[in-house]
Amino acid sequence: MTRYSALTVRQKQVVWAWGFLAVPVVFYVVIRFYPTAQAFVLAFMEWNLLGTRRWAGLDNFARLWADPVFWQVFRNTFVYLLLGTPASLVLAFAVAFHLDRVRFMHGAIRALYFLPFMTSAVAMAWVWRWFYQPVPIGLFNNALATLGIPQIRFLNSTTNALPAILAPAIWAGLGFQIIIFMAGLRAIPRSYYEAARIDGLSGWATLTRITIPLLKPTIVFLVVFSSIGFLRIFDQVFNMTTNDPGGPLNASKPMVLMIYQTAFSSFDMGYAAAQTVVLFLVLLAVSLAQLWLMRDRP
Amino acid sequence: MTAPATDAPRAAAEALLRSPGPVRRRVAAGPAVRWLVLFAGGVAMVAPLAYMLSTSLKYPFEVYNLNLIPEEPTLDNYRDVLSDRRFGWWFFNSLLVATLTTVSNLFWDSLVGYTLAKFRFRFRQVVFIAILSTLMIPTEMLVIPWYLMSQQFGWLNTHWGIMFPGLMTAFGVFLMRQFFQTVPDDFLEAARIDGLNEFQIWWRVAMPLVRPALAALAIFVFLGNWTAFIWPLIVTNDQHMYTLPVGLTTFSVEQSVQWELIMTGAAVSVLPTLVVFLVFQRFIIRGVVMAGLKG
Repeated sequence: MTRYSALTVRQKQVVWAWGFLAVPVVFYVVIRFYPTAQAFVLAFMEWNLLGTRRWAGLDNFARLWADPVFWQVFRNTFVYLLLGTPASLVLAFAVAFHLDRVRFMHGAIRALYFLPFMTSAVAMAWVWRWFYQPVPIGLFNNALATLGIPQIRFLNSTTNALPAILAPAIWAGLGFQIIIFMAGLRAIPRSYYEAARIDGLSGWATLTRITIPLLKPTIVFLVVFSSIGFLRIFDQVFNMTTNDPGGPLNASKPMVLMIYQTAFSSFDMGYAAAQTVVLFLVLLAVSLAQLWLMRDRP
Repeated sequence: MTAPATDAPRAAAEALLRSPGPVRRRVAAGPAVRWLVLFAGGVAMVAPLAYMLSTSLKYPFEVYNLNLIPEEPTLDNYRDVLSDRRFGWWFFNSLLVATLTTVSNLFWDSLVGYTLAKFRFRFRQVVFIAILSTLMIPTEMLVIPWYLMSQQFGWLNTHWGIMFPGLMTAFGVFLMRQFFQTVPDDFLEAARIDGLNEFQIWWRVAMPLVRPALAALAIFVFLGNWTAFIWPLIVTNDQHMYTLPVGLTTFSVEQSVQWELIMTGAAVSVLPTLVVFLVFQRFIIRGVVMAGLKG
């Protein structure tokens, strides 16, 4: 056996490197890779946590395919994504674009927009839930009543529940996106704008031909990042619909809530694992599709 | 020794904080209108927080009133909520779990990030890609195996059970690796010649140079764990072990229609982070930009 002191500098470095990585490698294998593999295996089993595990082949996936609730949930998940991502990006960009040109109380206004990002989704879900209550309780309907406008059913309506739950999720994430957009805007060299001005480009042309193309890396990052967030929405839904989670009539139920209920209310572990595999594939497909659509074309 | 100069995200973050944007000549669209609209939007953004606070200071008879300023402000709700001993436990559990997880991430993520950035050894890229690939796996996929693991080893209803999945994160490793790459090798070589061992070089020479990145990581990990919901909800069912978000859910369901108490509970759980933000605003925004741009 070679002694440590007899090793070359390079060999010593290799020893140190693996010494540093030893605990993390064990962590990643035991807490990340092994559970991932286990989730994939469980997806092909039938198991109710107490009984014995039984191979089920593709049964869980066939059951999912035939389950009308799953398709409703699948659709809801994409509605969260397709409403949430564009709405939050457009709002965040509009605010960032204009805030970038404001000097008076710049820091204070930025703080106002950023504050909701520092809150917990659970606490804010309850605040918004209160806003949405019918008269005489809820803030929104009270305000409508004062103005003489007909009441709106928010959380107890199959059409309005999903957007009503989405609103606080967009609200809370806006501050982060604004800050990232502003950093991206600030990174665009001023000389581009000067050149545009000399060439006599209009404000709109400057925006669409210079600002937005140069912001592309920022936009790609925010689209992928916020899409993953909306596809995994859970905290707000769970807390705003505690009496009928994901209701009414599953109208607001996203995939993660279905997974939670299948695993921890019905203890149908194999079926729940199959749902997580579908969630994984959805996240992967959406991220890759977005990166592909927004790739740099030569 | 000076900090490396090739630190682009940090520079971007500094530029963002230093001055509110370059002055650009604009067609006179009315800067006052722009300011007013932006300001009104900002006020609307904090309105839910303002109403939460205002309601937490109201007596029940005033709750359904639209007034932002309570006619008869009272601290009764806070007395009620804080006399519920469970809030103390929940607060303690959240603080403990978020703090320990943050310390663990700062240590391990930067140790791994440093090793992957500064050492040359076989399988380095393999290790890096393997760690990075875990970013593609959603937490929701792992909660079932983690739950089974916790059940088997008796980790249900323990602090360890709440925090073990988050002790290291691939995001942190990636972030720290990016920053350590900007540390010049000369600094490390000089320390090596001075007789420091590799651990000392990392801890005493490299770590101080990436302090802003450590701060950014700390902000994200702490906030993420302070507000984490789904895993603490699954791994705990003893009320003593709930974290604040899980406890708040239980508390709010119990109160059902006593919105002034629910708002007080919500306020108690978000005020600490809001106050921290208001005190360290520039520092936190810089951290968020740095983590966002590198991550």
